[in-house]
Amino acid sequence: MFIGAIGCEPLQLRRVSLERSRTLDVYRRNGGYEALRKVLDGMSPDDVIGEVKKSALRGRGGAGFPTGMKWSFVPKDSPKARYVVCNADESEPGTFKDRYLMERDPHLLIEGMLIAGYALGARVNYIYTRGEYRYLIEIMDEALEEARTAGLLGDRVLGTDFNCEIYTHTGAGAYICGEETALLNSLEGLRGHPRMKPPFPAVAGLYGCPTVVNNVETLTAVPDIIKMGGDAYKALGTEKSGGTKLWSVSGHVARPGVYELPMGYDDMEKFIMEDCQGITNGRQLKAVIPGGSSVYIMPAEDIIGRDVRMDYEGLVAAGSMVGSGGFIVLDDTVDVFESTKNLTEFYKHESCGWCTPCREGTDWLVKVFKRIESGGGRPDDAQLLLDIVDNIEGKSFCPLGDAAAWPIQSAIKKFPEDFRRHISNGASGDGGKEGLPTA
Amino acid sequence: MSQQFTPNNPLPQEAKVPPKMAVFPPEVEAEIERHLAKYPVKRSAILPLMFIVQRERGGYLDPPGVAYLADRLGVRITDIWEVATFYSMINTEPVGRYHFQICRTLSCKILGAGKITEQCTKRLGIKPGETNDDGTFSLSEVECLGSCGTAPMMQIGFDYYENLTTEKVDELIEKCKSGELSNGVR
Ligand SMILES: Cc1cc2nc3c(=O)[nH]c(=O)nc-3n(C[C@H](O)[C@H](O)[C@H](O)COP(=O)(O)O)c2cc1C
Ligand code: SF4
Ligand code: FES
Repeated sequence: MFIGAIGCEPLQLRRVSLERSRTLDVYRRNGGYEALRKVLDGMSPDDVIGEVKKSALRGRGGAGFPTGMKWSFVPKDSPKARYVVCNADESEPGTFKDRYLMERDPHLLIEGMLIAGYALGARVNYIYTRGEYRYLIEIMDEALEEARTAGLLGDRVLGTDFNCEIYTHTGAGAYICGEETALLNSLEGLRGHPRMKPPFPAVAGLYGCPTVVNNVETLTAVPDIIKMGGDAYKALGTEKSGGTKLWSVSGHVARPGVYELPMGYDDMEKFIMEDCQGITNGRQLKAVIPGGSSVYIMPAEDIIGRDVRMDYEGLVAAGSMVGSGGFIVLDDTVDVFESTKNLTEFYKHESCGWCTPCREGTDWLVKVFKRIESGGGRPDDAQLLLDIVDNIEGKSFCPLGDAAAWPIQSAIKKFPEDFRRHISNGASGDGGKEGLPTA
Repeated sequence: MSQQFTPNNPLPQEAKVPPKMAVFPPEVEAEIERHLAKYPVKRSAILPLMFIVQRERGGYLDPPGVAYLADRLGVRITDIWEVATFYSMINTEPVGRYHFQICRTLSCKILGAGKITEQCTKRLGIKPGETNDDGTFSLSEVECLGSCGTAPMMQIGFDYYENLTTEKVDELIEKCKSGELSNGVR
C-alpha cells in the first residue's frame, strides 16, 4: 500500500515513512512541536483562530465545515469548562487515512490538539477512537505518556502557565458515533444516539459545556498552518479549499493507499490512471465513489476526459462530494445493483434506531434489494426504492439517513441498466451466490 | 399459591436479592481506576470498563460483571444493559476464544471477502454468527474496519490481518488450533 504525497511536498504525511516515525525523538528532529512553541511564545488564542481562519481549512471528517469559523463559535466568556474532542471514529466505508496518521505520526495529532486546546481555552481533551482501532489507542497512549514526561502535556506545558491534558477514549463498534453529537453522548456513557441541534456542540457539547469536535486530519493540519501561516497553507490549495487533502484509495486500483494531494489537484482521471497506476487486471474503470460510501457514485463517463478537479467545488461540479475522501474505485466486473445493496446493508446495520424514517426505511430498502436479488423483482421496483429513499432523505433526525439515501439515488440514476437487469430477470449479474464478483 | 403484587410488595422476593457481583484482582482494579480518573463524570468510563469486564469474564458481560459495572459507576443495572446492547463490540453472550471478524463491506467485498468467509466456514465448520461446539472459534461478518487499502481483511480479537488469501486463512487457523496465535483480546 502506498502512503505519500503527489503533486505537492508531503505536509501531513511528511514523517510517515521515516523510521521510528512515531517517537517523540524523530518527531522533534523533524520540526515537531515547533508550532506549539511558536504559539506559546506570543500568539494569543485569537491569533491562532485567525490563522486557522485564513488557512481556509475545512473539516476533513466529511461535512467540510470551515474549521476557523467553528472555533470562533465557542463563547469566550463562558464560565464553563471547554473541551476539544478529536473524532477518530473513522468508520465511513472506504476511509482509512486517520488510521495511518495516528499509527505513524501520533505526536502530530497531540500537537494539533494542544494548539486547539490553547486557542479554545480547553484544559481537558479527548480522542474518541473507534473501538476496533485498539492498537492505535495503545500507540496514542504511549505517545501521550512520552509527551507528558517531556513536559509537553499536563501542567505547565513547555514551562508556561498553559495547562492541557489529553486522554484517549474508546468507542465500541457503532458507525453513528462518528456523528459528532452521537459521539458526545457516547463519551458521556450513553447510547450513541445523535442529539438535537441547535444547540451546537460549540455552545453546549460534552457535559453541556462548549466543545469543538474535529476530525484527526483536521487537527493534524493545524501545526503546519501555524508554522507556515494561514495564507501560505491556503495557497497550497485553492481559494475556497485550502491546503492539502488525504485520499484513502481502495478497490480495483493497482496501487491503493493514502494519497496526499493539494486541494484542486487536476485531474481525477490522471489520479486514477497514473498516480494509482490504473485499474487492476487490465479491466476498465466503471465507477468511482470518491468521498466515502455516503456520496454520489460517479460513472466513468463523468471522469474520463472531464478534467475533474479534486476539491470541494470540483467534485460538486462533477456530481459528487469530497466527503471523507474515501475513494473507492470499481472496475467493469462490478454490478452497481450489488454494490449498492452492499452499502445499503451497511446503513441498515448502522442505523441507530432513534428515528422512524431511517430505522424502518433502511430495513425496508434491504428487504426490497433482497427480494429483487432472489428473483422476485417487480416492474416498479426502481421507483419503489426511490420512493422509500425519498421518505428518508431530509426527513431523518441526523445525516445518516441522507447518507443511506444518496448512494441509491445516484446508482439508479447513473446505472439504471444494472437495476433493470436484476429487476426483470431477478438473477444476479454474475450468477454467483455472493452477488458481487470475487477476485 | 399465586403471588400478590401490591404497591407495598411489588416484586417477588428473589428479585430483590442483589445479583452476585464480580470481583477483580488488584491489577485489574488499578486499570479500572486509571480509566475512571480521566473523566469528571464516572459514567463516561462505561465503555472502557465494559471492555475490561468482558475480557476478565470470559469474553462477555455476564450478570455478575454487569452488577459490578452498575455498582462501580453508580448507575442502575438497566443502564448497563441499555448501553451494552447498543454497541456491537460489547458481547452479552459468550463468544469463542478466537473471534474471526471478516469485513464484508464494499472494498473488501469486491476484492474477495466472500471467498475468505467461505474458507473460514469450510475450515471451521461454522457460519457467520456462529460459535463452534468447543467454544474455540466464532465467526462474524462485520462492517468496514478501516483497512480498505489492504483488503480483504479480518480482525481476530483486536488484531488486524490484512491482504488475506485463502492460504493465509488456513495458516491462521492452524496457528489458532496450536495455540501459537494470540487471540487478540486485551
Ligand atoms: C453518520 C455520520 C458519521 C460520521 N462519521 C465521522 C467519522 O467517522 N469521523 C469524523 O471525523 N467525522 C465523522 N462525521 C462528521 C462529524 O459529525 C463531524 O462533522 C466532524 O467530526 C467534525 O469535524 P471536522 O469539522 O474536523 O470534519 C460523521 C457524520 C455522520 C452524520
Ligand atoms: S437518521 Fe438513522 S442514525 Fe440518525 S438518528 Fe435517525 S435512526 Fe439514528
Ligand atoms: S471495506 Fe473492508 S476494511 Fe473497509
